[in-house]
Amino acid sequence: MLSSARVRELNATAEQIRETIVQMLVAAGSGHTAGPLGMADVFTALYFEVLTHDPKKPEWPERDWLILSNGHIVPVRYAAMAHAGYFPVAECLTLRQFGSRLQGHPERELLPGLETTSGPLGEGLGQAAGIAYGLRMDGKPNRVYCIMGDGEQNEGSVWESVMWAGKEKLNNLVVIVDRNNIQIDGMTEQVMPLEPFADKYRAFNWNVLEVDGHNIPQFVAACEESKQSLRPTLIIAHTIPGKGVKEIEGDYRWHGKPPSKDEAKRFLEELRTLGGKISSEHQ
Amino acid sequence: MLIETLSEKIFDTPEMAATRDGFGKGSVEAGKADERVMVLTADLAESTRAEWFQKEFPNRFIEMGVAEQNMAVVASGLANYGKIPYTTSYAAFNPGRNWEHIRTTIALTKLPVIVCGMHAGLQTGADGATHQMLEDIALMRALPNVTVLSPCDAEEAKKATAAAARVGGPVYIRFGREKTPVMTTSTTPFEIGTGIELWRGVAPQVALVSTGVLAYQTLLAAKQLETQGISVVVANIHTIKPIDETLLEKLARECGAVVTVEEHQMTGGLGSAVAETLSRKYPVPQEYIAVQNRFGQSGKASELFAEYGLTSERIVEATARAISRKTI
Repeated sequence: MLSSARVRELNATAEQIRETIVQMLVAAGSGHTAGPLGMADVFTALYFEVLTHDPKKPEWPERDWLILSNGHIVPVRYAAMAHAGYFPVAECLTLRQFGSRLQGHPERELLPGLETTSGPLGEGLGQAAGIAYGLRMDGKPNRVYCIMGDGEQNEGSVWESVMWAGKEKLNNLVVIVDRNNIQIDGMTEQVMPLEPFADKYRAFNWNVLEVDGHNIPQFVAACEESKQSLRPTLIIAHTIPGKGVKEIEGDYRWHGKPPSKDEAKRFLEELRTLGGKISSEHQ
Repeated sequence: MLIETLSEKIFDTPEMAATRDGFGKGSVEAGKADERVMVLTADLAESTRAEWFQKEFPNRFIEMGVAEQNMAVVASGLANYGKIPYTTSYAAFNPGRNWEHIRTTIALTKLPVIVCGMHAGLQTGADGATHQMLEDIALMRALPNVTVLSPCDAEEAKKATAAAARVGGPVYIRFGREKTPVMTTSTTPFEIGTGIELWRGVAPQVALVSTGVLAYQTLLAAKQLETQGISVVVANIHTIKPIDETLLEKLARECGAVVTVEEHQMTGGLGSAVAETLSRKYPVPQEYIAVQNRFGQSGKASELFAEYGLTSERIVEATARAISRKTI
């Protein structure tokens, strides 16, 4: 159980990460807004509570592996990594620029700690499963976490990987699906219905947990619970796309575009004042 | 005449073996040399010869089921972790089906995965066009960071398979189904990136440059041309990428004309790679023995090679055409 002081601390970190996301997107002038904001709490929980890792030693053999399959939400990973100490937060503002290590979609060759290159959907789970298989072969205790989108579940090769991980009972593998109900062309249940989503994974011999993706203690507890499973675990993280900025929350049109300068000013104001609940030092 | 490590016996009573058998032996050799080596298969353990490795190293073998896309990304994950996986299926599916998975998670990512495409080419025979992969070299050659190998016989396939584990990056190797003559021996040199001459006449007029099992038809053509008083060199290009530019330029300067020979579409295969090199280094007339923009069909390998023009007779004719185009 996390202490209430620790939870407050983590929530504050998540807000800082959200601010960084908005700043980097407006600087980049392109990119995805809704997904990164929606996953800020999950990434905070992972980098600041769940993962065994060392920002100064990204290749540390004892680390847990975090595979980001839906690479388009990488701004939240960059922001979380920067705040965790992998690289200076200021470097976040180079996102998507020529010569930057922070590519529009993540490239492992360029930035230590990314683990994989991703963006094309449906390819992260199999890679995570391959890593988990290798670790288990060698009797290593490291855990592998893989983040996927809900729209990504449309990809056929996801299900090849789900089937195989279930067959191999890779219980050192935890998949977190960002269940935010949006994809580029609209709501997931209209574009390509997923429900009953949890049942699908259960049918493939997975352990399935569901959490509120904005409730950090609940998410951390689910990660802890996954360690008892004899099968791979899916954590369905119910999130609100654009979380933290009321005017875009839940709006699929914000999947793939960045805020303008004026919008960013409003968004940052809202994030910094917790929706008007506190006064901002920048006011 | 043949280079010294090849025996004249290959023209009369050649030993016959499929290049996929070379994979079976080479993968076991690689597995013995390096415990990181693994073999994955997509429900084709017997016909890809992956089961030869499986028998030797059951704990380092993975049955993936009929799921080539997942096989590619799992191999990427294993390599990322520190293993050296070989993925095996038919070339139509590996890299045909899973090409984008290979592109993103293996080639762009520079991971040491060895993609093994079996049953490539028309020699797949009775199975017909769907299974006769004729575009795999083009697909894999276009990808940065990938070494592309196309061995000429079972012996060379064994060497290529074993050597691939030492590359330290992505490799594609093309294998065939049929038993074909084994020309090279354990003492024939093999080094990735270095083409080898198999035959050399005195004052050669044309360089016959082949890849894969058609090296044998090319040698038959050289022998026939010799009886007609036409002297040639036969070079075996087992490494399509990085191609041996030094050897190709040397042969172009020496002979003044080239015939390329391959069991692949003309578009994007060995002939294209040779043309891309010589057009920059030393342009000479070039004739192509290759599949001309058609899909395959059912039939015996010999019938198909005849129908698609992949025979020693057609190579002899192409040589005459190449000579007639020479300006000097």
